[in-house]
Amino acid sequence: MARNIKLRIWRGDSTDGGLKDVVVEANEGEVVLDVIHRVQATQMGDLAVRWNCKAGKCGSCSMEINGKPRLACMTQVASFGEEETITVTPLRAFPIIKDLVTDVSFNYKKAMEIPAYEHPKDLAPGEARMEQIDVERSQEFRKCIECFLCQDVCHVVRDHEENKKSFAGPRFFIRIAELDMHPLDMLKNRKKTAQEEHGLGMCNITKCCTEVCPEHIRITDNAIIPMKERVADIKYDPVRWLGTKIRKREGL
Amino acid sequence: MTLERHTYDVLVIGAGGAGLRAAVEARESGLRVAIICKSLFGKAHTVMAEGGAAASMGNVNDKDSWMVHFRDTMRGGKFLSHFRMAELHAKEAPDRIWELETWGALFDRTKEGKISQRNFGGHEYPRLAHVGDRTGLELIRTMQQKIVALQQKDGRETGDMESGIKVFAELTITDILKENGKISGAYGYWRESGEEVLFEAPAVVIATGGVGKTFKITSNSWEGTGDGHALALKAGANLVDMEFLQFHPTGMVWPPSVRGILVTESVRGEGGVLTNNLGERFMFKYIPDVFKDKYADNEAEADRWYTDQDNNRRPPELLPRDEVARAINTEVKSGRGTEHGGVFLDVSKRISAEIIKKRLPSMWHQFYELAGVDITKEAMEVGPTCHYVMGGVEVEPDTAAAVGVPGLFAAGEVAGGMHGSNRLGGNSLTDLLVFGRRAGMGAVEYVKNNGANPVSEAAITAAASKIQAPFDREGGENSYSLHAELQEITHNLVGIIRTGSELRDAITKIAEIRKRSANVSVSGGRKFNPGFHLAFDLDNMLLVAESTAKSAINREESRGGHTRDDFPVMNEKWRQINNISSFDGNQVSIREQALPVIPKELFELFDIHELEKYMTPEEIAKGGSN
Repeated sequence: MARNIKLRIWRGDSTDGGLKDVVVEANEGEVVLDVIHRVQATQMGDLAVRWNCKAGKCGSCSMEINGKPRLACMTQVASFGEEETITVTPLRAFPIIKDLVTDVSFNYKKAMEIPAYEHPKDLAPGEARMEQIDVERSQEFRKCIECFLCQDVCHVVRDHEENKKSFAGPRFFIRIAELDMHPLDMLKNRKKTAQEEHGLGMCNITKCCTEVCPEHIRITDNAIIPMKERVADIKYDPVRWLGTKIRKREGL
Repeated sequence: MTLERHTYDVLVIGAGGAGLRAAVEARESGLRVAIICKSLFGKAHTVMAEGGAAASMGNVNDKDSWMVHFRDTMRGGKFLSHFRMAELHAKEAPDRIWELETWGALFDRTKEGKISQRNFGGHEYPRLAHVGDRTGLELIRTMQQKIVALQQKDGRETGDMESGIKVFAELTITDILKENGKISGAYGYWRESGEEVLFEAPAVVIATGGVGKTFKITSNSWEGTGDGHALALKAGANLVDMEFLQFHPTGMVWPPSVRGILVTESVRGEGGVLTNNLGERFMFKYIPDVFKDKYADNEAEADRWYTDQDNNRRPPELLPRDEVARAINTEVKSGRGTEHGGVFLDVSKRISAEIIKKRLPSMWHQFYELAGVDITKEAMEVGPTCHYVMGGVEVEPDTAAAVGVPGLFAAGEVAGGMHGSNRLGGNSLTDLLVFGRRAGMGAVEYVKNNGANPVSEAAITAAASKIQAPFDREGGENSYSLHAELQEITHNLVGIIRTGSELRDAITKIAEIRKRSANVSVSGGRKFNPGFHLAFDLDNMLLVAESTAKSAINREESRGGHTRDDFPVMNEKWRQINNISSFDGNQVSIREQALPVIPKELFELFDIHELEKYMTPEEIAKGGSN
């Protein structure tokens, strides 16, 4: 049941490039990554594309398909009309390396800026006791496969290179939230630093990140909004503000 | 142009579980460490591990202990595992899991708040620490974040976060270098730019994972091209028992584009049953004699086991993987398979939709999105897929040092010996941690005693010319087509069921492809060029395939992940032999080497009647070494 489909692929590098039209065979049940691979094996041997697991678990094959940030391995060819041209382009928020591959090092730099987990000093290995219900809040965020689609779609940085310096992005807001909600983490003030150092305040909760998340993590509702509310509570509640001044307690 | 050069104490090739654990160990001992990953940091194949990490913590059943785990591992591997590796693994696995918790990992919990443990094939008690069905992701992320924690510490002390440990992402190593018979470093290229890089380091840890991409139907990602196996062979190390490949019984079979993608064993651990197209629960027919006293021979008892494990035997769906894979293969070949050449696996009749989505979330997602199947309502179609290589670099168990090459270490899937002829599910993730750490310790000890070993200009020139070669040829072979041809050969002739004549045929054909591969040419430039990348991966896969086929023809018996149609039963003589592959620069040759004799104290952990099924009367009479 093979048929020919029309694919439009962005080809080029940081200096120059454009969309190239190809016709390629597609079989029943195939995903966009399958047909890109077929193009690579039969028509464009040097077509650059990242991928690893082809099962939606590693988050490598992130690209924009008909303008929407998606994983190519989880996008069925059959989800498009028979006559429709499928256009694949590299992630827009990151510098292009070649073809569908972008320089995502921004994300790894941000990861290094988030203070690490701090284990209680007096809690020996094997002694931790946690309720399932308590670990589940952080586990939701630890499902993240680091595909960076949320980073790509976020309008704070998508077309605003200048914001990248002071904005960690949704992926790292859920990392902070995960640590903040971790039953054992000892580091204080995670929410406060999220606001003051990682740009939490720049997010205006349009939920684009949640929409593109292939793991269906409720980034905005479960991570960003709760952190914003707590930051606001403490900053604007006069009694708590006074508490922090008198008792030298951060409370965040 | 000047060559990019780096100098480190320890170079770790591979950024999956074993590589990262080795890197942590070496850095915490004060050495400077480079980590090489072929893809982006955090994408290694470890993320694909689903079911869990086996460690006898005894959180769910307190009868569990390292001794029970050791016994399960030895019998799972049909007594071909290196006893010392199985012993170290069973003893140290719980500490390695608890250690992850101190680095921030969040495993699922028991009612008492301890780490929860689930049942798995071949494990006597619930033993697998897990996070739903994404345990590998939790492992890799925890260690990735531990690396960042170490970098932050270095940053506070030196002002440079990458001063003590640096990750080189999207970089391929093409040669491991030696001077004066010892490791001196490694040479490779950045995948992004195609530019070359030299690493000088007296110790190299290989942690490159598996070889699945040698085969057509595999659960492995593109990275599983046997790079470390081939690099080690070329550097003068040996590979042990490369004939043992694990075909995981349950890979997806439909639609074709997902063929081979893993369906976790947890589906069966949670109560999934296997049936053929007659609706028959066929596994009861396939319980081998050696396992008859541990597995239920009727449905009623098998079903009772899920609620009462003390008074019932286990369901045969939870036999070790080699048994289940062969059974499925036989059912399909006998015409009792599904329309698309698999069998049915159904969990919907035993547990509720809500629990399926909670315990097997990524399975639900994977079938729903990729196959249009709702596993809470209907059966999955599954069949065997090439999943794991038990064979690998021959190492000293305690230090993970590669035999014969001073300064070289190997850990994880690329190392051999630990799993014998068949790996139990869940033993891989703890293998990574236990032997990743030991490789790190081994490298530290070695570097302290040996110091730097500079790379010569001649070695650099030789390595560089190899990388340039495919660009200098024109109109040569296409690496994609050669890869596809190799996969056909291994699939048809070195697959799940083998015979001598087909293996001979395979060896000839692999040699022909290898000859043609010397003439591969590449179109386009050096910048992120997958055709160029595949040319090097292909060379590695060909060497691995040759080693596998030659080991397979030598082993005239059927055991674990090696089934010979012409030698269908286990043979006591072969239980005492490892097939050792070595490479003379031209071809792989195999020699037989005696397995180390199990010491008395470990021998005595087994019931004599069980050992009689595997060992000769003389071995039994000896009762282990002193």
